[in-house]
Amino acid sequence: MANQPITYSSSALFDRRPLHFDPNLRRNRLNQLFTGIAGLFAVIAVLPLLLVLFHVLVQGGRLISVGMFSELPPPPGLDGGGIGNAILGTFLVTLIASLIAIPVGVGGGIYLREYSQRGWFAQFVSFGNDVLAGVPSIISGVFVYGIVVATRVFFDQSYSAMAGGIALAVLMLPTVIKTTDEGLKLVPQELRWGAYGVGASKFVTVMRITLPSAFTPIATGVVLAIARAAGETAPLIFTALFSPFWPEGVFNPIATMSVLIFNFAIMPYEAQNALAWAASFVLVMMILGANLLARWISRMAKV
Amino acid sequence: MLTDPSPALDADAFTLRRRPPTEKLVDLGFRQLTLVLASMVAIVLLGIFLTVFQGAREAIATFGLDFLTTSAWDPVNEQYGAFIAIYGTLVTSFLSLLIAVPLGVGTAIFITEDLIPTVLRDAIGLMVELLAAIPSVVLGLWAIFVMEPALRPALNLLHSLLGWSPFFNTVPQGPGMTPAILILVVMVLPIITSISRDALNQVPIELRQGAYGVGTTRWGAIFSVILPAAISAIMGGVMLALGRAMGETMAVTMIIGNALNFNLSLLAPGNTIASMLANQFGEADGIQVSALMYAALILMVLTFAVNVAAQWIVRRLSLRY
Repeated sequence: MANQPITYSSSALFDRRPLHFDPNLRRNRLNQLFTGIAGLFAVIAVLPLLLVLFHVLVQGGRLISVGMFSELPPPPGLDGGGIGNAILGTFLVTLIASLIAIPVGVGGGIYLREYSQRGWFAQFVSFGNDVLAGVPSIISGVFVYGIVVATRVFFDQSYSAMAGGIALAVLMLPTVIKTTDEGLKLVPQELRWGAYGVGASKFVTVMRITLPSAFTPIATGVVLAIARAAGETAPLIFTALFSPFWPEGVFNPIATMSVLIFNFAIMPYEAQNALAWAASFVLVMMILGANLLARWISRMAKV
Repeated sequence: MLTDPSPALDADAFTLRRRPPTEKLVDLGFRQLTLVLASMVAIVLLGIFLTVFQGAREAIATFGLDFLTTSAWDPVNEQYGAFIAIYGTLVTSFLSLLIAVPLGVGTAIFITEDLIPTVLRDAIGLMVELLAAIPSVVLGLWAIFVMEPALRPALNLLHSLLGWSPFFNTVPQGPGMTPAILILVVMVLPIITSISRDALNQVPIELRQGAYGVGTTRWGAIFSVILPAAISAIMGGVMLALGRAMGETMAVTMIIGNALNFNLSLLAPGNTIASMLANQFGEADGIQVSALMYAALILMVLTFAVNVAAQWIVRRLSLRY
């Protein structure tokens, strides 16, 4: 009696359900419902890209001609013209930003990964870098307006390509530092030890061994940062301003494609709106090209 | 006969190489150079804060905290209050997240949980990432000429159905808060999707296997095991997206209507701090510049708080599994 073995009646513990899949069970139906909802969400998420690309390709692509690249935008109300000065201006301003942000960012990244002992200063810089990455782009414009445009530091010029480039550099800096830091992290410690072992100094090790081995991730990040900067508008509106003429050096206001799109999109003239679409086409093609280039760089390294 | 090892040879072979002073100098100089470059982050950050604060001081002294709660924006009488812009910033960013979070997390689940072939998953992931690369100003252009006209009938319907409520009691006439919210959804969706995707990919396979092992279904596993395990990183991503939505400028500026009068209706034009700056900063002078700087300071504090909260959440909420 007392030591009678406990027997389970199998029906008490388990539903005697058949083991084959029954699609009509409530939970299987719910599963299908949720899968359907997730799929619908994915379609909704992808839809804007397809629609934007479609409209940019159609509305902007059909306007592309040689004149679009070689002519100046017309005065308001007139037809024709091109966006040659804005294309040149975008290249120039982005170049200035890259020339500032890449050396500073790569150097800062080298310090964080190779020299700092991850002490309080390095932690503060990392934290500051994250904060800087979160600063709205328009604030960077306000900042450069305050220190460059309002003070007229460059030869008494207020709005200038230089100011625009600096504002974009502020936006690029956190990305470049982050990618350099992360890229150097991937370099195996043995490479550094090997270099020290054959008598290389720290400077030579960093320049000849560590940095070249991390070239791919850093280049990928830098290309993405440049692409992002080329499309930024908010920091340029009141630093680089706009100009209907060809660029007149780096210390004068300059036209850029992004500001041109903004200015011309809200004008009530069709010719200007058309130029905004054409500029969007050129800008989007450049940026998507840079993104695919960055992907190609990183894929090349994996092989 | 054993050769005697020559002591002279030994000494030759193992002389210590003295590092030349130039090498040491280069080494030290490079270290200091990178230190200076790294400090640029701190200098720029401090510079941004000081510049904006310095510029805002006059307005802070004049308007005080009333600036936050009054809605006059009157350059003629030099009366400024940023309530409309602050309200617009908060409402547009929160409502856009309300739409974007389910969409983004749902998409992330769809492309991580082995529901569809890998090729398709990678294609959707790539497209969402490319969406993030489209410049904000191009999205704004698209919103003005394509999205808003296409949306108008739907908004009119919304107005005729829900016109009795104060949130929908104006007739949609082009730019407004709702189109701005929708374009913000498009802009923050890639952030939420890619961060959620990374978070879901990092959930250990053992957790999934354990869940399936005790007999749950796929969505049972997702809702009660996988999502809770990834929730800290997802929340961090949502906070980052919130910061981005608050500071987003161009697309919102082009479609929100830049109203100067307060209106509770979401179909009416509104304003945000960022779009106010974009519109007025170039032409402002006198105390208006200072008032705009004050608004910029508020935006900075808001985004700073959100970004710090994001980092805190990621550390605090992470499950130990």
